[in-house]
Amino acid sequence: MIRLFATLLRRDLARLLGSGQGGGALLPILFFLAVAMIYPFAVGPDAPLLARTGGGVIWVAALLAAILPLDRLVEPDLERGMFDQWALRGISEEWVIAVRVVSHWLSFGPPLMLAALPAGALLGLSGAHLRTVELGLLAGTPGLAALGVAVAAITAGLRGGAALAGLLVIPLGVPLLIFGAGSLSTGGDSGVALTGAVSLVLLAVAPFAGGAAVRAARD
Amino acid sequence: MQGAHIAVHDLACRRGDRVLFRGLSFALNAGEALQVTGTNGTGKSSLLRLVAGLARPFAGSVARHGAVGLVDERPALDPELPLERALAFWRGLDGRTPVDLDALGLADLLDVPVRYLSTGQRKRAAMARLLGQRAEVWLLDEPLNGLDVHAAALVERLAAAHCREGGVLLIASHQPFALAGMREVALADFAP
Repeated sequence: MIRLFATLLRRDLARLLGSGQGGGALLPILFFLAVAMIYPFAVGPDAPLLARTGGGVIWVAALLAAILPLDRLVEPDLERGMFDQWALRGISEEWVIAVRVVSHWLSFGPPLMLAALPAGALLGLSGAHLRTVELGLLAGTPGLAALGVAVAAITAGLRGGAALAGLLVIPLGVPLLIFGAGSLSTGGDSGVALTGAVSLVLLAVAPFAGGAAVRAARD
Repeated sequence: MQGAHIAVHDLACRRGDRVLFRGLSFALNAGEALQVTGTNGTGKSSLLRLVAGLARPFAGSVARHGAVGLVDERPALDPELPLERALAFWRGLDGRTPVDLDALGLADLLDVPVRYLSTGQRKRAAMARLLGQRAEVWLLDEPLNGLDVHAAALVERLAAAHCREGGVLLIASHQPFALAGMREVALADFAP
């Protein structure tokens, strides 16, 4: 079981982090930084306003950046027949999707949290504020990863699936956004805890939703 | 590899709202081989997916005993990886059975990314993946597509060896496949 997990995770990480396919993990991070960077251009150099709204902008940028890698998460493996070969070996779709959630988070969550540091500096966030943003991202990005993989599985094989996936992730990501960005105005850990709770629900549901979707796409 | 077995009973297959075949029954015991023939679109590939358990039958039942290995038009090898690493992924899952890549003519292609391989080379790579799996039941979908004469003879030899060792072989192909003792079923006879 451990060996299976390690084998799948190693391949997933090589694929998701690899530079060969459309920029790998770097592209969403650059996109995230670009959004944080153009925001001051749009609202002007008003430091108090930027500091007050900056945390929310970081959250919106994170949600948008989470959409970018969606079409690479499940569809290629479905097209290549990998899921068929796994099924023949008795490796369930749920198990593959669960590993995919872990690898997607590893290639997306920590780099995003790292990129939030320069983004926070650009927006002039205070130290305490930035700490809350980082904690919120730590609690929220696993949920975003789970949501992303599940939606990618549901839309895999559909025509125009990539655009549909983006449209699905945004409303379903709203609870994460409300609690995550909400923790900034209350300044408290309760918002972070609620973000974590939403994340846990998404993490629990994603493998089963994604697995069922892959099986349905095969028929 | 003893005890491998497939039994198909009164099987019907539907794609969309069209029934492709119905009333198909056959049984294959250890060491037996069957070729399913038919023109394009008669449901050969669908039959293999039904037997593999990757699709649900419209009617009837499929019973199988033994691990199933499937080779279809998709090699299930990561196109961006060199062939050696793409095969190594499956070796990591299937256990480290040594596969004679030299005999398959793949030995000097190991550092070539899979996406640069030709159709025939991909087919041979998929056969290497299948051999590493040590599956008792082989399902081969158009195994000779894109293969030159030598490679086709090689695949026929591999199939014969598989049956000699007690494996079960089900081939879907419109091309003749030379294998002593192989039965043949024309899927067109079961069209509704």
